[in-house]
Amino acid sequence: MTSQGETPQWDETRRSADHARGSVALIFDKSVPGHRGARVPKLDVESPPLAELVPEALCRQEPPHLPEVTEPEVVRHYIRLSLLNHHVDRDLYPLGSCTMKYNPKIHEDLARLPGLGGIHPDAPEESVQGILELLWCFSRDLAALLGLDAVSLHPSAGAQGETLGMKLFRAYHDRQGNQKQTILIPDSAHGTNPASVARCGFRPRQIPSQRDGRIDLAALCEVVDADTAGIMVTNPSTLGLFEKDLGAIAERIHAVDGLVYMDGANLNALMGITRPGDMAVDVVHVNLHKTFTSPHGGGGPGSGAVAVDKKLEPFLPVPLIVKEGERFRLASDRPLSVGRLHPYYGNTGVILRAYAYMLSQGAEGLAAVTRAAIVNANYLMKKVHPIFPVANPETCMHEFVSSLAWTRNHGVKNIDVAKRLLDYGFHAPTVSFPLIVPDAFMVEPTETETRATLDRFAEALSKIASEIREDPERVTSAPHSTYVGRLGEAEAARTLKVRWTVPEQRHA
Amino acid sequence: MSYIGHTREEEARMLGEIGARSFEDLLEQVPAAQRMTAPLDLGPPLTETELRRYFASLAARTYDPNAVVSFLGAGIYDHAIPACVDHLALRSEFYTAYTPYQAEVSQGTLAVSFEFQTMICELTGLEVANASMYDGASAAAEALLLARGATRASKVLLAPGVSPRTRAVITTHLSGQMEIAQVPEIEGRVDVAALRAALCGDEDIAAVLVQQPNFYGLLEPMDAIGAAVSAMGEKPPHLVVSADPVSLGVLAPPAQWGAQTVVGDVQPLGTPAQFGGPTAGYFATRRTHIRRLPGRLVAEAYDAAGRRGFTLTLQTREQHIRREKATSNICTNSALIALRATVYLAMHGAEGLRQVAAACMRGSHYALSRLERIAGVERIYPGAFFREFAVRLPIDAEQLVGRVRDVAGILAGVPLSRFDPTRPRDLLVAVTETRSRTEIDALVEAVRRSISA
Amino acid sequence: MEFPERLRYTKEHEWVRVEGDEVVFGITDFAQDQLGDIVYIELPEPGASLQRMDAFGSVEAVKTVTDLYAPVSCEVVAVNEALTDDPARVNNSPYGDGWMVRAKLGDAAQLDELLSAEAYQKLVAELGG
Repeated sequence: MTSQGETPQWDETRRSADHARGSVALIFDKSVPGHRGARVPKLDVESPPLAELVPEALCRQEPPHLPEVTEPEVVRHYIRLSLLNHHVDRDLYPLGSCTMKYNPKIHEDLARLPGLGGIHPDAPEESVQGILELLWCFSRDLAALLGLDAVSLHPSAGAQGETLGMKLFRAYHDRQGNQKQTILIPDSAHGTNPASVARCGFRPRQIPSQRDGRIDLAALCEVVDADTAGIMVTNPSTLGLFEKDLGAIAERIHAVDGLVYMDGANLNALMGITRPGDMAVDVVHVNLHKTFTSPHGGGGPGSGAVAVDKKLEPFLPVPLIVKEGERFRLASDRPLSVGRLHPYYGNTGVILRAYAYMLSQGAEGLAAVTRAAIVNANYLMKKVHPIFPVANPETCMHEFVSSLAWTRNHGVKNIDVAKRLLDYGFHAPTVSFPLIVPDAFMVEPTETETRATLDRFAEALSKIASEIREDPERVTSAPHSTYVGRLGEAEAARTLKVRWTVPEQRHA
Repeated sequence: MSYIGHTREEEARMLGEIGARSFEDLLEQVPAAQRMTAPLDLGPPLTETELRRYFASLAARTYDPNAVVSFLGAGIYDHAIPACVDHLALRSEFYTAYTPYQAEVSQGTLAVSFEFQTMICELTGLEVANASMYDGASAAAEALLLARGATRASKVLLAPGVSPRTRAVITTHLSGQMEIAQVPEIEGRVDVAALRAALCGDEDIAAVLVQQPNFYGLLEPMDAIGAAVSAMGEKPPHLVVSADPVSLGVLAPPAQWGAQTVVGDVQPLGTPAQFGGPTAGYFATRRTHIRRLPGRLVAEAYDAAGRRGFTLTLQTREQHIRREKATSNICTNSALIALRATVYLAMHGAEGLRQVAAACMRGSHYALSRLERIAGVERIYPGAFFREFAVRLPIDAEQLVGRVRDVAGILAGVPLSRFDPTRPRDLLVAVTETRSRTEIDALVEAVRRSISA
Repeated sequence: MEFPERLRYTKEHEWVRVEGDEVVFGITDFAQDQLGDIVYIELPEPGASLQRMDAFGSVEAVKTVTDLYAPVSCEVVAVNEALTDDPARVNNSPYGDGWMVRAKLGDAAQLDELLSAEAYQKLVAELGG
């Protein structure tokens, strides 16, 4: 660092005091022969020795190389690793389309209630009425929130929700006797959409966006034909824009007996304002780990609950929870069902956090969440637009997409800006997506951020913009304050060392 | 509770700076026809106290797992969970982080994934493992799709002992893409001679899926199965093994039998039952298939100064780049559950895992030997088993489970009639290392009384 | 950025060198620059018969992957095995050590449809390269 004066207070100086730089240690590095954490109970029963219970041919000859460490070493190792993570409880995480909002602490307590978190899925139905009620009630309320008729809580993530959606499309068309193969997808869509379509045996067909990033209705109408099985739409789109023409689009699709799937990744922008059902959507998935605050866990587990119009209800996966009088029952006798998607009933542990959130907010709370998310996004967009121009500087919904194209003139790419933001203590926004915006930089602040945080973020961007003009090398060589510097991804992909190996001297 | 970052007064000032007169101005994009006219039909907001009360009332209408002794298994197992597993999983740094897209501020998550990948490789004997899948069943479906891509064949054979749930999930995922056939059964296991015959008669078989230990807890003759599959010429079908990770503490790694892909569910390694989810699947395969691997993969990487770190790699396989050509559509997986499994394995080491597996075997063999002494209770399948076994009762199994619960507060097992209505008197009983001799004896006594009641 | 005169080019950013009745081809300097650090290259088996515009392999960079298309109809004689261990050769020397395929030319008339260095350079300029 050369000039202290130019360095923001929360920059390198502070963070480098937090921890020096170094190589990241692995638990295997801590292993000492004979060290052990857990002690296993000695079962006091008469039983033949193990050698008589397992056929010799099936026995393991060599023990696996697992670490040998004491409990204090285990705890220290993982605590130290944890300190190398950015996380929502630390600061802003403005990843567009990922909706990284605060995860209420009470949810963790509720999920750990023994009678909810510790129960076996094969216990008799009469022993699990409470959890069946919870799942049933949440399904009912989620259907109401979405303006649709029935819900499956089985998908484990958004992508699995999409898989289910496409399976439902297939089942519907088979039932109708339709030989349809094509699913239309806007070019702004997330990559999961075409991947899900392809793996369910449909053909994805890309449709172009208009200049403003919305679906081009005229272009769409030209390609809709008898082979159109349906459309997958993200609303609001990945540009944070509301698809104004979705009603007309749905009408056109329905006219050829096609179906409309809505990717509900961005539901945080819609609660209390409109519902997928109001837009004639037939199937929608909701990422409960986004809008409904279930923690993301560093990459899951999530839940991609799916809601459908009544014409698709017969095809939902089994088992479905039904209420008979005051009792809840798991119903598997559904002849038109697409079958089983989850080995049990979905990611109940994720779902119950989402339900706790829905209950704690109520109707007015959820509407207020959406309202605040939209206000925050528009406020931040207003601040960021002069620094990094926004592709569509009209009002946005819950997120917006800047283009960092101008920084290329200074030899700086969007990924460099993302890395430099890490030095300012923020996580970077989503970069290089959506594909239709050059050098995209996609920002979603969510409702849980204060104005002060948004101002701080905009100020950091402004400082980085100055650095790009005055000292671009400072940006292209970022991050400077993290435990490791920028990692060589190309070399990593060429070498592909994807596991720890026993060091040579340990063989001796 | 509200988790919103500003008050209405602050909002008014922010709207002013945006240049909007009111919030409604920001909604100009939303057509009036699609606006909601009535408020959402949900209840009033609850306080924390009210939430706690309501959830406690729901929990009170399920059984209390701390008070009820469980012999339930069939895919979800009640193993001891070291306290530090939950304490570490509750670190905000882990559970409130997103997918590690920015490697330099995600080294915690990435290093744990790298450790997890290594541990899975060690347990399975394979060269490459990913950072996790949703669950063991969907991992099995993905393994079969990998085999299809690698062999260009279109049929799969499922061993008779593959869990009916896994089978159902596979059927859903593969419908319209692969043809599924069944390997004939002999005494609850794979009929190896019949398997050989099935393989010889058909060149369009992409994979054979075997679950070890199988759904009935039985140990499959993996040596003979492996030999039968690998005898199929230069490019044999993939042997795919769905292996319980605890059993791998004592059983040979499936790679030894020529398995191309090994999958399974890590719930037994430190994750509570949670009514069946979330769990995490694991997925390990040969190095030659690395570019067909679904899901996220972490690799070692170095910075300019030579410091070691970790990063997501081979993202070109994934949907956000390959789109419709991606190996799979999975993105969010089950990282936090994989972390639990990693901590669990670190806490146990190879010897601890072996002891857990051995205790399960001892306990389950003891339980079976005592249950067999009850008149009318008989073991269904002969031969070696792990942690779980099936018995035939003189009375209806659901009825017995209800009685045992009522008289002794014990969940005796999973009636197989839930999966096959032609088996009304068959019960699947699981015994983990957490069950004491006293508890097993109590189960036996309660079964005896319930049968004669 | 280099555009050697003696080579011919395709709109898919491949170059072709004619050597008697054989052709050698790879990707252009512009293509490698656009892709960034190349980490893996998938090439066909020798003996493979390719029609013009057949996808015969792929080039993988850190965050992108692109298919390779046969510039002319041909039968593969050899592939550059060295790229397996050192794909960066394509970045460092796209027209030299980074060659990909040597093949027996099928229809010589197809060579006339390829672009000259000048025409290709113009195409690249239009793309902002």
